[in-house]
Amino acid sequence: MMSRTSLLADVDRARLVQAFPDIFRPSPLNRLKIAAIFVMSVGLFLFGMAWLGFSFEKLAAGITRLGVIVGLMFPPNPGNLLRLYLKGLAETLAIAFLGTMLAAILAFPIAFIAAKNVVGQRVIHFLSRRILDTIRGVDTLIWALIFINVVGLGPFAGILAVAMSDLGTFGKLFSEAIETTDTKPIDGVASTGGSVLHRIKFGIVPQVLPVILSQVLYYFESNTRSATVIGIVGAGGIGLYLSNEINQQNWDHVAFLIIMILITVAAIDFISSRLRFALIGRAAIVPS
Amino acid sequence: MTSHLLRVSDQQTAALLGQYDAALASKRRRTLALAVAVSACAILAAWVGEVDLRKFVDGLPRFWSYLYDILPKLRFASFGADLAEWYWNWDGWLGLLAETLLVAYVGTFLGATFGFVLCFFASANLLKNTIVRSLVRRILEFCRTVPDIVFALLFVYALGLGPVPGVLAIAIHTVGALGKQFAEVIENIDMNPVDGVRATGATWVEQIRFAVVPQVLSNLVSYTLLRFEINVRGASVMGFVGAGGIGKELLSSIRQFYYSDVSAILLMIIATVFVIDLLTERLRHRLLGIEGHK
Repeated sequence: MMSRTSLLADVDRARLVQAFPDIFRPSPLNRLKIAAIFVMSVGLFLFGMAWLGFSFEKLAAGITRLGVIVGLMFPPNPGNLLRLYLKGLAETLAIAFLGTMLAAILAFPIAFIAAKNVVGQRVIHFLSRRILDTIRGVDTLIWALIFINVVGLGPFAGILAVAMSDLGTFGKLFSEAIETTDTKPIDGVASTGGSVLHRIKFGIVPQVLPVILSQVLYYFESNTRSATVIGIVGAGGIGLYLSNEINQQNWDHVAFLIIMILITVAAIDFISSRLRFALIGRAAIVPS
Repeated sequence: MTSHLLRVSDQQTAALLGQYDAALASKRRRTLALAVAVSACAILAAWVGEVDLRKFVDGLPRFWSYLYDILPKLRFASFGADLAEWYWNWDGWLGLLAETLLVAYVGTFLGATFGFVLCFFASANLLKNTIVRSLVRRILEFCRTVPDIVFALLFVYALGLGPVPGVLAIAIHTVGALGKQFAEVIENIDMNPVDGVRATGATWVEQIRFAVVPQVLSNLVSYTLLRFEINVRGASVMGFVGAGGIGKELLSSIRQFYYSDVSAILLMIIATVFVIDLLTERLRHRLLGIEGHK
């Protein structure tokens, strides 16, 4: 019995080796390439650890201190600042909501200019894409610092910062959505004598609207997260209190604030993912 | 020719038109209700967010003049000297930029490694134990919901100023983000190879090694590269809270109104982010292209 199976296996194996030579005998060059990539990435990692000054004693001491801090965090307690924190949280939500909305409204017309199939102009396409890339390359916190110079400290600067950095992202995502639209409805509108605006309104917008709305909702979620930290530089929201309490070492307050953030983000995630599924079903959207 | 067209009777037309109007009206009503709800939220948010258009209009000239001020003073006649003055500290900034990239790289590497280990415990198709699974998922959720800057603030307090807290903060956030994305990829694999490997008596780890990893590896690497891109941006502001990288230099030049420094550093950051985006996009397309080939 034993020998029969092994004989069968041998025959099978011979046939399989013939059919899939790459799998049984991978080319040494490929193996070398994979090994080289692996060694290089691990090497860079170790070099980075050394260069950035990782040391186990320091880490161990830090973790001990972190343990003490976590111990002091319990029980989480807002003290008598609950009203202030709730106001900060409301500001955070306002920053995320208005920032996302403003960015979407501004990005909508820009996306048509940046889309290859609407304004078939290479120069305009290239320039608008590069401008959007530049806006996107600057982090929300940096925009916040710049807008504080414009409108002063407070949540308004945060709204403008979120709107600005999302403008770059939305401009890119929307114009990509527009570029991947089906041309048949657009041609149909054109064949009835529709102008460019007609083509956009009846040919493109109905196709891209659900995609755009779901992207906007997705970014509302992620902006809620970034709006929680924008206060660290003074642009409103709960981050201001968070960084203050960390600086003053009120760890129970810090823990309370973190829990507030966790609950809010979870709630927003839940609502907006429900809305998203209602809009376009369980389709994947571009993750950031 | 026209006589061949089927004519709908007037009665039928009226009925159809009525239905059409009703359908249109209900759609309009829904859109209107949505618009009202969104506007109400926007007004409420504007009130909470202290939106002040007058302040904005007053400040707008300041925005443009700020942008104008940070532009370097480059004259054609003395272009070389002006450029040298603009980038007077280029070697220092390049060093900080390299540090920023390393912070992002080491953080992504650490995060991806732990995320890779944890993701198998968060995938419903590989782990039947719901208690372990939901525990791992909650941990990942926590890591990803707390913003990396908040972790950085805590770690700077515990470990002292420097790039190490920044690396750890980015790593923890990356574990949460990648762990979830990896688990989603794994939950969508073809289970037949896994069953096949299990039928040969392979252990759980062997099943993962020979049936799961080959299916998902290129996707996971692609997600990791995307996350590296995001982390480079994140690392560029880690310095705001004292966690290493070029952010500290940028913050102090903005706060102290060293205008031309602001533009010099910003330009370096934007160029770096741009190059990294381009490189990772190339790599990702190649990776996913290999996947598509199979």
